[in-house]
Parts: sequence; structure tokens; C-alpha cells
Amino acid sequence: MPRTPIALSERIEYLAILNEKGQLDAELEPDISGEMLLRLYRAMLVGRRFDERLLDLQRQGRIGTFPPIKGQEAAQLGAVAHLRPGDWMVPSFRETAAELWRGRTLESVIICNNGFSEGAVISPDHNDLPVSVPVGSQILHAVGLGWAARYRKKDDIVMTFFGDGATSEGDFHEGMNFGAVFQVPVVFVCQNNQWAISTPVARQTRSATIAQKAIAYGIPGIQVDGNDILAVWAAAKEATDRARAGGGPTLIECLTYRVMMHTTADDPKRYRTEAEVETWRGRDPLTRFQKYLLDKGVLSGHDQLELDTEVLQEIQRAVDNAEKQMQIMGNPLDMFNHVYAELPPYLAGQREELARELATGKEVPS
Amino acid sequence: MTKMTMVQALNLALKQEMEKDDSVILLGEDVGRDGGVFRVTEGLMDQFGEQRVVDTPLAESAIVGMSIGMAAYGLKPVCEIQFSGFSYQNFHQIENHAARLRQRSQGRYPMSLVLRAPYGGGVRALEHHSESREAYWAHTPGLKMVIPSGPRNARALMVSAIRDPDPVIFYEAKALYRAFREEVPEEEETLPIGRPQLVREGKDLTMISYGAMLRPTLEAAEVLRERDGALAEVIDLLTISPLDEEILVKSVQKTGRAVIVHEAPRSFGPGAEIVARLMEKAFFFLQAPIERVAGFDIVIPLFAREKSYIPSVERIVAAAGRTLKN
Repeated sequence: MPRTPIALSERIEYLAILNEKGQLDAELEPDISGEMLLRLYRAMLVGRRFDERLLDLQRQGRIGTFPPIKGQEAAQLGAVAHLRPGDWMVPSFRETAAELWRGRTLESVIICNNGFSEGAVISPDHNDLPVSVPVGSQILHAVGLGWAARYRKKDDIVMTFFGDGATSEGDFHEGMNFGAVFQVPVVFVCQNNQWAISTPVARQTRSATIAQKAIAYGIPGIQVDGNDILAVWAAAKEATDRARAGGGPTLIECLTYRVMMHTTADDPKRYRTEAEVETWRGRDPLTRFQKYLLDKGVLSGHDQLELDTEVLQEIQRAVDNAEKQMQIMGNPLDMFNHVYAELPPYLAGQREELARELATGKEVPS
Repeated sequence: MTKMTMVQALNLALKQEMEKDDSVILLGEDVGRDGGVFRVTEGLMDQFGEQRVVDTPLAESAIVGMSIGMAAYGLKPVCEIQFSGFSYQNFHQIENHAARLRQRSQGRYPMSLVLRAPYGGGVRALEHHSESREAYWAHTPGLKMVIPSGPRNARALMVSAIRDPDPVIFYEAKALYRAFREEVPEEEETLPIGRPQLVREGKDLTMISYGAMLRPTLEAAEVLRERDGALAEVIDLLTISPLDEEILVKSVQKTGRAVIVHEAPRSFGPGAEIVARLMEKAFFFLQAPIERVAGFDIVIPLFAREKSYIPSVERIVAAAGRTLKN
């Protein structure tokens, strides 16, 4: 018997609409309202300027380590913009722009990055999970949420974010597989920023794309230019519509680049060339989108300048507010809050020990 | 009242809670069609359908990770890990997320989930099918670790575990699954999590145990009475963590002697924590060094040798005898 090819049901496409010079492929241009375009632009701008401000604050010792998002704003916002408030966003840890879109306050991000758990609040009218640090582990939570939404016969959908490094984790495989088997309403968004700290994506996988991994799980997958917000928007619209209609999960690979360090504790000069970073700076998602909006007449040069000022003022207000709030935060006894629904007796005893120590200003035998 | 094995009693608890509350969902490997490899979930898929009793692909981390998502949504998943020896593959999901999401989300997402897993030796099983690693879970803040010692308390604790607003690791001793029957009432019965039980009163010695080791401990207490006329008080922990030491301390303050019995390895095992608490709160009442009768600090051997590993009545009696001599 001769060997015969097996027909696989999915093929993998690459989608780009707005090239790095901001030139549009008019045939592929998605239909987005002017209002939404401006909201997206403003959110990108806030994401960018806030990231820059956080870096300053970190370098001045006013907040702790944080993971910059610069250059990945389009990959986040083009996707998350399709969620309704009641939907679920399950982030990794480099989705600040998406979290802000979902109602998280700038203050809360500053507060959290300065070591106060109080900053990890989720906007009360949004169903999102908090930041998840262990790489890829949150993918499975998205599957459970999607399963539960379907069980409750709700049309809520779930969107989860992760990076290229996460695709090497077992939880990525398990999440994709469970998601596919149970046909849950989940959109898996991989922000392939090409670096997991010092490890390039070529060291994570031999696959030509992350998107093609979808074929193995029997679900649709697509690779998009992740610095092109129109392409991300179009692919995410398809995926979220499919999920909401009961068509199961989709894997979207947003090809982007981490132009900054992994976190502020990292020095990328140790493992990659400035030339490579420079190339990607030239593919910036914000300037590209700006040009598109100016060309389209949605944004004027005047609007742009006004918006720049307004955003910087908003960030300044948030920094001031956060620093004021943090002055009255940090009662050490609060570290015992929310460990259990009710504090068990031995733990209440430990809290009491600390309370006595704090009351006297020195350690006291219990 | 019907006489039931622990398997039947657990099945009753799951069935009744599922009837009462449609947010209770069972999931795991072979829990549906097959009824679980130990048959704890037998008949439940027929009664509640595939939406409530979910046969999953074979992946422990995903079973638990998915349960965490379900719990965040407000469901009450009861997931089964087929043998506790395979639960290390989901360890990070429990440690990093189930135990912490309540706190990480500032109370927004309580994790009402139960992880059931058969544990312990004595059933002539393969490697990875006989261990007792409750200390791993007991060491993790945010979790509750429960181990029943018989059909009736297994049923009552399972009901409490399902209703508990915090994540519960529920270990079921394989050696007890069908070892004996007990009267289990048809009507609802619960037991508080975090409260040990005094199961035999005495005055000369306190014996503390749980799970499959409770019965040999009780037998040892009987031997001590017959042989030496010593009256041992026996306490069944039922909950390993959060550990409530009050009843243990009171008993040792009365008897002045303590023996702790568990199958888990001795070093850094639950017994070590119990000894520490007794030293803190009952030291001046002690008349003899506290003894631990536990598994050796090695991997439990394959079954040809497991009898020599698992604490026996003789070993418990010998340890008790040493403390009574002082």
C-alpha cells in the first residue's frame, strides 16, 4: 500500500492590513466606527505613555519591578476590544493595556507594582482574573471559565493571553487540548513577542509559526501582524464571534516584539543586538495607527496634540492619587486577609502575635 | 441507616450534594462512564448526565486548572485525581492558583473546589499508587487538607468539603475503601472541617492518628489496655490542615504522654508539626518524650515489602510502651 497524504481540516493564514509604514490594504480594511477607532487610539496612547512613566517611576525607586508592554499595545487592544463587560479576560502579566481597557485604573497598577496587594483589584463590573505570573498556567483557567459559561447557558466568552514562551509549557498544550475537546468559547491569544527573557522563539519551538499548532488540536488558528491593530481586530472579531456562536475556541498568534526589557530587572543587551530592536522600533504599532487615523481624517493634528497633553495629565493625576493612597495603605495585619474565608484559630493566633509586636514596636514573646 | 463501605458512603455524599445544588460538577479521568477506577462515582453519570459528570482527557494539571476556572465562575467542581501519586502533575495549579486566588483577587474569587484523591498503601499496587504526601498540601497556606478514617465520617466530611468556601484536598485511603462497613444515615450529615475528634477516652496516654492509620492505632490502644492495663486516649485528626491543636493539647495536658501515628514519611510529616505544637503548649505536662510512628523517610517500597514500611499495630504498641515506661 502506498503512503497517502492525510487531509487536515485547517489551514493557517497570515493577516496584515496596515503595513509598517501605515499604508492600508483597503480591501481588507475592517469596518470600525470612528468612535471606536478613537477609543482604541486613546487606549494605545495611554498604554504607551503610562508604560514610559512606570519605567521612570521604577528607575526613581518609586515602584518595584514591572514588565513593560511597549510595542505590544495593538496585540492587546485589537483583541480585547471585542469583549463585553460580562465576558472574561484571563491575562498573563504583560497585558497592562488590555487590563486598562477592561476598567482597571492606572492607580491600581501603580499601587500593585509598588508591592501593595490592594492594587490587584478587578473592576467590579468586569469579570476578569488577576494577573497570573507562572507562565502559561492561566490558560487552563480560561478553559474552565468557558466551560462554566456554557454550562450556565450564558453567551459569555473568555479571552486569555500568553506569550511565545508559554507555548513550551505543558499547560499550553493541556489548555489547547481541553479547550478543543470541550469546544469551549475561548479565544487563545498568543502575543509572540519573540523573546522569553533571553530565549528567542526559535529556542521555544521548531514550528514555523505558533498559529499552526492549532491544527494539531483541531481548532482554527491564524497568525496576524501583531503590530497592526486592524489585523488583530479583524482576526479577533472572527474568533470572538465564533466563540459566542458556539463554534469553539480559536488560537490567534499576534506576531509582535518586546522592544523593552523582560522586566525592569533584565538587561537585554546581554542577549540581543541593538540592530534587531531598532528594526522593530520601525514597526511601531502606535505611529502606524496614528498615520492611518490621520489619513482617514478620524484624527487631526490638533486632536493629536490635545490628546497627548490630556493623557499625560491623566497619568500625572493617577501617580499623585496613587502616592497619596499608598501613604495610608500597608497595615501589616491585612496580610492575613482573604487567606481563607474565615481565619482558622491558629492563624488568628499568628495575626495576634504580629498585632502585639506592632503595638509595642518590638518583638514580644507570645 | 444502611451499612456502607467508604466507597458507597462517598458516592452517597456526592449524589446528595449534586441533587441539592446544580453547581456541583464532577470531573476527572474515568469518573463518568467507568464510575471511577474505585467506583466512587458509579452511577452518577447515568443520574446527572455528561454535563455534570465529566470524563476529561488524561491530564492532571488541566483537570485542576479547569476546576479553578469553574470555581472562579461560581461552580463547585469536585475533581478526581485518580491516584494521589499523580497529583504532583497538578501541584503548581493548586499551589500557585487554587490556594491563592481568593487572596490575589482581594476576596473576589473564592475557590470552592474539592480535589479528591486516593492515597496510601496496603493494596498491593504499582509504584506511584501507594504514597501519603499530605504534608505537601498541609504546608500550603490557603488550602484545607482533609483525611477521613471510615465510611461515616468520609461521607460527612465530603459534604462539608463540597460546601466549604475554600479549596479542600480530600485524601481517601485506598486501604479503607472496602475494608469495612459502617452505618451511614440516609439523611444529611456533616462534620466541621478543622476539628479533630476524640474517638476513645483514656488517661494514661494520648494517641493521635488519622486516615488508614486510625484503626491500627485503636487496635494498639486495645492491646495496651489488655496487656498493661493502660488506658490510651485516641484522637482522630480528620483535618490535617488547618490543624486545630486545642483538643490535642488538652488531652496531652491530661495524660502527659503522646504517640503520633501516620503512614507519611516521618521527617517534616504532620507528626512533626503536632510535636511542635505540643511542645509549645503542653511541654510542662509531658512525662515522656513524644513518639512518632510513621513511614520511613524513603519512597514506599513495592508491595512485597510494604507491610514492613507501613506502621503496624506491633510498632505502635512498642512506641506506646516506651512512652509509658518513663
